[in-house]
Amino acid sequence: MTALSLRDVRKNFGATEIIRGVTLDIQPGERHCIIGPNGAGKTTLFNLISGRFPITSGEISLNNTRIDQQPPHLINRAGLSRSFQITSIFQRLSVFENLRCALLWSMGYRYSFWSALWRQKALNEKAEFLLEDLNLASRRDIPAGLLSYAEQRALEIGMTIAGGASVILLDEPTAGMSNTETDYAMALIRRVTQGKTLLMVEHDMKVVFDLADTITVLVYGQVIASGPPETVRSSRAVQEAYLGALEE
Amino acid sequence: MTRSGNGARWIWVFAVALALAVPWAFHNFQTGRDSGFVLSMLSQMGMMVILSLSYNMLLGQAGLFSLCHATFFGIGGYATVHFLNAAGAGSLPLPMEVIPLLSGLTGLGLALIFGYMATKQRATAFAMITMGIGELMATAALMFHSFFGGEGGVTTNRMIDHSLFGLTYASGMQVYYLILVWTLICAGSMYFLTQTPLGRMANATRDNYERAQFMGYDPRVVRFLQFSLSGLFAGVGGGLYAITYEIVTFDALAAPLSANALLMAYIGGTTVFGGPILGAVLITLLQSGVSLLSNSWLVYVGVLFISMVMFAPAGLSGLIIAHGPIAAAGRLRRLTVPYLRLVVPFLALVLGFVGLVELMSFLTIGAAQGKKLVLFGSAINIEATQPWLISVVCLLGGGAWLRWEARAFHRVWESLTADLKQRDRV
Repeated sequence: MTALSLRDVRKNFGATEIIRGVTLDIQPGERHCIIGPNGAGKTTLFNLISGRFPITSGEISLNNTRIDQQPPHLINRAGLSRSFQITSIFQRLSVFENLRCALLWSMGYRYSFWSALWRQKALNEKAEFLLEDLNLASRRDIPAGLLSYAEQRALEIGMTIAGGASVILLDEPTAGMSNTETDYAMALIRRVTQGKTLLMVEHDMKVVFDLADTITVLVYGQVIASGPPETVRSSRAVQEAYLGALEE
Repeated sequence: MTRSGNGARWIWVFAVALALAVPWAFHNFQTGRDSGFVLSMLSQMGMMVILSLSYNMLLGQAGLFSLCHATFFGIGGYATVHFLNAAGAGSLPLPMEVIPLLSGLTGLGLALIFGYMATKQRATAFAMITMGIGELMATAALMFHSFFGGEGGVTTNRMIDHSLFGLTYASGMQVYYLILVWTLICAGSMYFLTQTPLGRMANATRDNYERAQFMGYDPRVVRFLQFSLSGLFAGVGGGLYAITYEIVTFDALAAPLSANALLMAYIGGTTVFGGPILGAVLITLLQSGVSLLSNSWLVYVGVLFISMVMFAPAGLSGLIIAHGPIAAAGRLRRLTVPYLRLVVPFLALVLGFVGLVELMSFLTIGAAQGKKLVLFGSAINIEATQPWLISVVCLLGGGAWLRWEARAFHRVWESLTADLKQRDRV
C-alpha cells in the first residue's frame, strides 16, 4: 500500500503546461522532499494534491483511494493535511483558538451549534497540550496575527498536524527563517510528524539532505530524479539541471 | 483575563437592570401613566438590538457583507401579522409569548432558501446576490397583496386574549417587557452561538477560508448555517415589530432597513459581541430624539457613519476596548488632560457643522414648513450674515484646532502604548 500515489498528473493553466506528467509513489512513514529550481511547479503540485486546484489529467490516490476529484475539505477528512508557503493562519483569533479550530473536525464536532466550547474538556486539554508542545503557551491569548514570523510558522505546523492526518504536506516550512529558527523548526517538524508520512517542499539543501528518506527533483513540471539522497546527489541529470547551477 | 471577564459580566448585569428600570423612571406615579414616547423608543431599541446583533453574526463574525438582512426581519413581521390574526380568530391556539418563536421560524425558513443561494459565494459576489434578494423581496411585497397587503401593508390586533400569564398586552408597558424578554433570549442565544464550534469556525472562515477548508470544514456549509441562524433571529425581531406596531408595511423589509442594520452594527462595533447593541441603542436614540429636533437627523447619522469608517473602523465598542490595556495598567489618568483638550475644539466643530446644516435646512425645508430656527431661546434670522459666518468660523477653526489637538493626543497615546509594550516584554 502506498500513502500517496500520483499517476501521470498533468496541469495546464490556459495553454501553458505547468505539471507535465508526474508519477510518484510515497510509502507510509516516508519523509519525502521535493526540490527543484524556482518555477518548477513544486507548489502547484502541492495545490493539486491537496485539491486546491483541479488536475487536468492523471490520477492521485491517498491510501489507495482516488482523491483527485474531491474538494479540499474532503481530502483533508480522508487524512491529508497541508501548510502553505505564505503563512496561513486565522489572524484575528487567539493562538489557542487557532489550535482548537484545527482540532474540531477530527474530534467529531462537525458544524455543531449546540455544544459549548468551554465545556469540551478533551478538546481543550488537547489544544493546551499542543500549545505547550509548540512552545507557544506564553502566547496563548494573543491574536495569531501578532506573533513573530517564526512563531506563526510554528503555529501553522501545529495546526497542520493537529487534526491527526496521516499524510502531511509542508510547503517550505523554513522559508525566511534564520539558522537558529530553521534548526528549531526542523526539530519541531521531526517531533510532531513522527510516524506520519511527510511530503515537503524545501529550498535549504542542508535541511533536505538531513531529513529526507527520499528526494524527488522536479524541473519544469517533470520528475528528473527520485530516490534516496545519495543517489539523487550523485545523479548527473540533477547536477546539471539543478545542484550544479547552485554550486557555481 | 478574569478581571476583564468579571468587568464584562457587570456591564451585562447593569445593562439588563437599566432596561428593566428605565420605563419606571418615566412613569408618572401620580396619574399612573406611562410615557408612551419612552416606551415606544425602548421597544424599538429591543427590536433593533436583535436586528443589529443578528446582522453582526454575518458581518462581524463571519465576514459576510449582507445587503438583505431586513428581508428576514420583514418576513417575520408580515407572517406574525397573519399569525396574530389567526390567533385572534381562534384558529391558532398559541399564547402571545410564544408567537415570536413562529416569527423566527419564518425568518429561518426564508433564510434557508436564500442562504442556500447566497452562501455559495463570498465577498463581493455574496453582497451582490444579497442585494438582489433584497430587491426581489421588496418587489414581491408590493406585488402579492394577499400576503403583504401592497403599499398599505397588513394590520392586526395584538389583543388575542391568549397569554401564559393572563396578560392582555393592551398597555405599552406589557409589550415592552415581552420585547425585553425576547431580546434577552435572542442576545443570550446569539452569544452562546459565538462559543460553539460553528460560531468559532465562522470566525475562522472569515479570517482565512482556505485554511478552514484544509482542516476538514466546508466553508460554504459554515456560511450557510450561520446565515440561516441569523435569519432566525432577525425573524424574531420582525415578529416583535408586528406585535408592537400592529401594522407591517414595506418599510419593514426594504433596503433602508437593511442599511440601518449595517449602520448600527458598524457604528457600535463589529469586533465585540456587544458592539451592535451599543449601535442599536445609539441610532434609535438619534432616530427618536434628534428626529424630533431636526429635519436633518439623517445627515448626522450619515456623517457619524462616515467618520466611524474613517477614524474608528472598530466602532464605538472598539474605541472603548482600546482603552483596556491602559486602564489595566492604571494609566488612564494620563489621558484625562489630552481628552479634555479635545472637548472644546470638538464642540466648536460640531457646532459649526450643525449650524450650517440647520441654516441650510431652514432656508429650504424649514421655510416650506413655516418653522423658525430658535436657539438659546431667541429666534435666529437665517437670512442674516452673522449666523452663517459664526458657523463657518466654528467649523473651520474648530476643525483646524481639533486636528492640532488630535496630533498631540495621538503622541500621548502612542507613548503610553509603547510604554505598555515595553513593560510586557520585561
